[in-house]
Amino acid sequence: MDRVPILKIGDILLVSIQIDMEDQVALQLQEDLADRIVATGCHGVIIDISALDIVDSFVGRTLATIASISRVLDAETVVVGMRPAVAITLVELGLSLPGIRTALNVEWGMELLAQERFTLDLGDEEGGPEEAGTSTVSAS
Amino acid sequence: MALGPEEAYRFAALLEEEQEALVGAWTDRVALSLRGRLSRAELERQTSELRKGFHAALAGGSSDLGQESAAELRAQLSELSGARARQGFSATETAVSVFALKEAMLAVLHGDDAANLRDYVAFSGFVDEAALFTFDSYVHAREGLIADQAEQLLELSTPVVKLWEGVVAVPLVGTLDSARAQVVMERLLQTLVDTGSPYAIIDITGVPAVDTQVAQHILKTVVAARLMGADCIISGIRPQIAQTIVALGIEFGDIATKASLADALRYALNKTRTRES
Repeated sequence: MDRVPILKIGDILLVSIQIDMEDQVALQLQEDLADRIVATGCHGVIIDISALDIVDSFVGRTLATIASISRVLDAETVVVGMRPAVAITLVELGLSLPGIRTALNVEWGMELLAQERFTLDLGDEEGGPEEAGTSTVSAS
Repeated sequence: MALGPEEAYRFAALLEEEQEALVGAWTDRVALSLRGRLSRAELERQTSELRKGFHAALAGGSSDLGQESAAELRAQLSELSGARARQGFSATETAVSVFALKEAMLAVLHGDDAANLRDYVAFSGFVDEAALFTFDSYVHAREGLIADQAEQLLELSTPVVKLWEGVVAVPLVGTLDSARAQVVMERLLQTLVDTGSPYAIIDITGVPAVDTQVAQHILKTVVAARLMGADCIISGIRPQIAQTIVALGIEFGDIATKASLADALRYALNKTRTRES
């Protein structure tokens, strides 16, 4: 059975799905990803689906589950690169994938995660680095 | 009554022998119905071409228009009706160009015995068929024109413009039906991918009325854009439209709505700046 590779880049796990998402593949990915998050202690997961032509309800639900699992393990998940046709189909099917964060491409996804981490860090420890202070002011 | 090969040859011969009289009478009749919108010389050229077509078809022994020998005539007829349709003539005015042949033929047909009459009725059936064919081609050409125009209109009416780095806008003008909403959605989403813009402004200043269906289309677009990771802002909501939206109980949820495009742009720029810093 095909497996989806999971790459570690700094504090982020990058999953680029290049094959057809069959149900088994999706479940395997869910398992592998949980293992890798625990093993590496990463705080961000980016799932790139720009090569996917079809996202059915099962894959949609699996993505939501993965997001929930990662959140439990203290990692934020961003789904990136959804194709217009896929988005339209999902909307027509009435699946708006609540609870999943999305970004246009991997670059924006990383930025989103970095920003997320930044504000979180600041929340954890009062009086973080100087430039961080200015960023939260404008963010709030 | 079908046209037998013998009658066909007879009329083919008549068409050849009496060609001047025929073309003259035929052109007169057509010119009368078109009331000078085409020059006489032009009409004469057309009718004499058609006469040649009819002659060739009948000389080839065609008993109806579907036959191989009438292929040339069919091509001529569809070309004629296509041209008339594009020039804006009505269907009647187009069909008369063919029907007039019957009158012209009657004038040159000598003798009034029963056999002659029977032949004429058969010939007249053949001309009717040709006229029906003309009518069909006319409708076909018109439909093609309408379809082309609808497509052009669709293309014209849905531009997606880049307002700023990372901000695109769709100024919607005119009524938003399902077909247009679909095109707008596809264009917008594709532009988001192509330009990598995380913000899209949907400006509805030019939309004359917003009902539940239009709102549904807009909401779908916004949700689809969200799925792809872009945020939509709806702008250009006129006072009456705001009142309709509330009266209809349409919920835009957490989608940002602004009164003007300028406000929407300011909002988007603020957001981008926050994201960058």
